[in-house]
Amino acid sequence: MDLKVNDYTTDDDLTVINVEGEIDVYTAPKLREKLIDLVNKGKYHLLVDMEKVEFLDSTGLGVLVGGLKRVRAHDGSLELVCTQERILKIFRITGLTKVFGIFDSVDDAREHRKKQK
Amino acid sequence: MAPETATVELTFSPLPAHVRTARLIATAVARRGGVEETLLDEVRLAVGEACSRAVEAHRQQCPEEPVRVELRDGAERFEVVVTDCVPDDDPTGGGGTEPVDLAELNGELNLGFAVIAGLADDVDIASTPAGVEITMSWPVKKD
Repeated sequence: MDLKVNDYTTDDDLTVINVEGEIDVYTAPKLREKLIDLVNKGKYHLLVDMEKVEFLDSTGLGVLVGGLKRVRAHDGSLELVCTQERILKIFRITGLTKVFGIFDSVDDAREHRKKQK
Repeated sequence: MAPETATVELTFSPLPAHVRTARLIATAVARRGGVEETLLDEVRLAVGEACSRAVEAHRQQCPEEPVRVELRDGAERFEVVVTDCVPDDDPTGGGGTEPVDLAELNGELNLGFAVIAGLADDVDIASTPAGVEITMSWPVKKD
């Protein structure tokens, strides 16, 4: 299955990236290009919704870490929405649960962001 | 009646798109071999990681050579061997030989081996003059 990547920006200036399909060595460059494009357009607060991601490997993790580094260079943020245990397991194995904020829903992430302001 | 055992061999050109094919085949053979359904995701991911690493190594060093995968559907364990033809490649990337493309995508991290080590029940990585061989295995049901 190909990777589908779409985004929209909320009224609180959060850019939500909906990712659907398999993120692997073949498709990860597409996500990477999207993250770079958004940062180049001045979008520094990103939320990657992974609820429709069916597969994620280390290449995908690397792209997310790369995106995080890019937005942090602009005092931005990159957080995730994910409730799928098989995807969360990969973040736990690699210790990346300590690096990314991971939320149950887009609304939860937005609520958390409001409280931080 | 003793369970049937078999080896499925797969060779593929080092293209990222073929890693998915290797994952699908490995999962199918693992299922047939009696690996628990709850472990099949781990097989799929670990095989994908090993194949991704081999593909990137081949693309840098020997793009005309195929990557080789052996799927051994045994009575006790299901074993996967992923072999590349890149001699003396440091599979953990510690020697700075990680291929450029993967390094770019992974940043300074080498997450692939962390994932393999975390998922495979048993892992052995052998770096030889002929290439790198990653052997992983999982238990099978004995009923």
